[in-house]
Amino acid sequence: MDEPTPTVIVDRLEVVYRVYGAGGDRGTASTALFRIIGRKTRPTIREVRAIKGMSFVANRGDAIGIIGRNGSGKSTLLRAIAGLLPPEHGTVYTTCPASLLGVNAALLDDLTGERNVVLGCLAMGMTKKEINAKYQDIVDFSGVREFIHYPMKTYSSGMGSRLRFAIAAAKDYEILLIDEALATGDAEFRVKSHARIDELRNKAGTVFLVAHDLEEVEETCNRVIWLDAGKIVEQGEDVIGIIDKYIEASGGDKVARDPVTRKRISAPEPAAT
Amino acid sequence: MRSSRVSSPGQLLDGAVVPSSDGPEPGQGDGSLAALATKYGLTPSAQRAPIGKYLRELAHRWSFIMGFATARNIAMYTEAKLGQLWQVLAPLLNAGVYFLIFGVIIRNVSRGVPDYLAFLVTGVFVFSFTQRTFISTSKVITDSLPLIRALQFPRASLPLAYVMIELQQMLLSMGVLFVLVVLRGEPLTWHWLLIAPALVLLTMFNAGIGLFAARTGARVNDFAQLLPFLMRTWLYVSGVIYSVQQVVAQHAQHYGWATTLLQANPAAIYITLVRNSLLNSQRLSAFGAQPFNAANCAAWAGQTTRPAGVSKTAWANANRLIRHQPPHGRPLDQYGSAYCHPTFVSTHLWQFGVGWAVVALLFGFWFFWRKEVFYGRG
Repeated sequence: MDEPTPTVIVDRLEVVYRVYGAGGDRGTASTALFRIIGRKTRPTIREVRAIKGMSFVANRGDAIGIIGRNGSGKSTLLRAIAGLLPPEHGTVYTTCPASLLGVNAALLDDLTGERNVVLGCLAMGMTKKEINAKYQDIVDFSGVREFIHYPMKTYSSGMGSRLRFAIAAAKDYEILLIDEALATGDAEFRVKSHARIDELRNKAGTVFLVAHDLEEVEETCNRVIWLDAGKIVEQGEDVIGIIDKYIEASGGDKVARDPVTRKRISAPEPAAT
Repeated sequence: MRSSRVSSPGQLLDGAVVPSSDGPEPGQGDGSLAALATKYGLTPSAQRAPIGKYLRELAHRWSFIMGFATARNIAMYTEAKLGQLWQVLAPLLNAGVYFLIFGVIIRNVSRGVPDYLAFLVTGVFVFSFTQRTFISTSKVITDSLPLIRALQFPRASLPLAYVMIELQQMLLSMGVLFVLVVLRGEPLTWHWLLIAPALVLLTMFNAGIGLFAARTGARVNDFAQLLPFLMRTWLYVSGVIYSVQQVVAQHAQHYGWATTLLQANPAAIYITLVRNSLLNSQRLSAFGAQPFNAANCAAWAGQTTRPAGVSKTAWANANRLIRHQPPHGRPLDQYGSAYCHPTFVSTHLWQFGVGWAVVALLFGFWFFWRKEVFYGRG
């Protein structure tokens, strides 16, 4: 793959949230009635500009880490790429619908893990035959073992997110968006999920990863986009350089790195997340 | 891992990367990124599939729809001690409550209806299929938000799955109904086979209104608050508890349009179709089942004044027959509707049944598909 092929093009994207009922009247029945009689629109709609003009191109085989403070627009960006949020201005172009894996993406809590695997795969458009072939892999990958026969509501948050990731990753996506979904996994699961993300990238997929765990971004991503207040501060392939700058800007301690490999030496957890 | 094959966007398109600017910068708005997207065949992410492709994808998800329906059905009663038994108990209790009130306490409504218990239970079971579909599908998008956000699939699968859940429930109630009807002494006839096409039409109609309710419920939160009242109104105008025929016979002269509307109401159509297929007593008392007799019809409808054009002798005769059993044939106080004008006969019922099913399904599908990309947005 010498010539890069774009899979996601974000073109001057702006996203605005309209928040209802943020302050304003007292929210009682009488104030609502007077509002309707007076033909007033809700005075309490407030606009929050979550993304203020952002452009970039993602190519096949990219794993892009998105870093930034809380509220800097990371999750909003992913949801806009997934087509779940309408852009106010600008456009997001994709080769195919992107799949968003969020931290709260429970499937059907009342049902057993087993049924969730089957239903999730069916929803992704797999045939019964494909599911039979992949079922054991998914269960093994999730590592929930005998809990697969229990309803998903009995799972710990870590187990739940592992199973969800395992289901979603069973299909070879062109574009996979991961929003903190790996945060609750244990060490063993992280190794597995990194391997799976690499595999997806090698099959010419594009992965976006939102994570506060900067080490995870360092290990997984070949590009990084640093957001602040809805704008790109810096982006590029120098993942470690940008992360170090980000840590510095957040007031964290400088990360001790090996001068040659640039790997972390003692890997202290960054102060700012 | 960071191999050389990976390229940065900077190399690809110099200047296309807008670092950080408040809004689009002049000079960047020349559409170079849009041109790049066109070159590689990328499409805007928030764009729905054309209707043909959407239908194909939906057909491809059929096993998901059925699997989702079965799984939901199983999950619904897992917490209850009696478990799946509730699928049968719930409709029975429902019919029992209506019978207690309208068959025992307020006996007025059962007057003029042969085999009122079977009449009532059939109506309740058929109507509750529509009612439950409407209410559950209005919440389907909100209920399934995590699923919608995590996975890509045609969203119409979800309301359709809910319709399938209610269909499974309704088929179970139908089993209960068959037993009850046979116990009531209704004969098993070939007409029973007509239940199948009637239920197919009803399911199509329900799928249509389910898709309509799913979009409306997802977009307008107030809809869920309003729905119970709408459904109760619909229940009371659909002749579930009383006989629509009686109202029609009483008021057709002065309120022709209203009685036509009452009979053309889709819920009333499907309920009547199932009743006429299942219950011999309903077929025998259907409008036009006997040669027209204005006096008999008016007396059955409970009119106290002699209708125009009816001789005094015929009017007296009909009133005598209402109070006493006729010398031969069926009791006039119950089967008298058969002597009325055949306004809505079997053919009309089937025509309207097909019409409503097709119109509702096409409209509902189009209506839902129009907003496909909006589902899942907070």
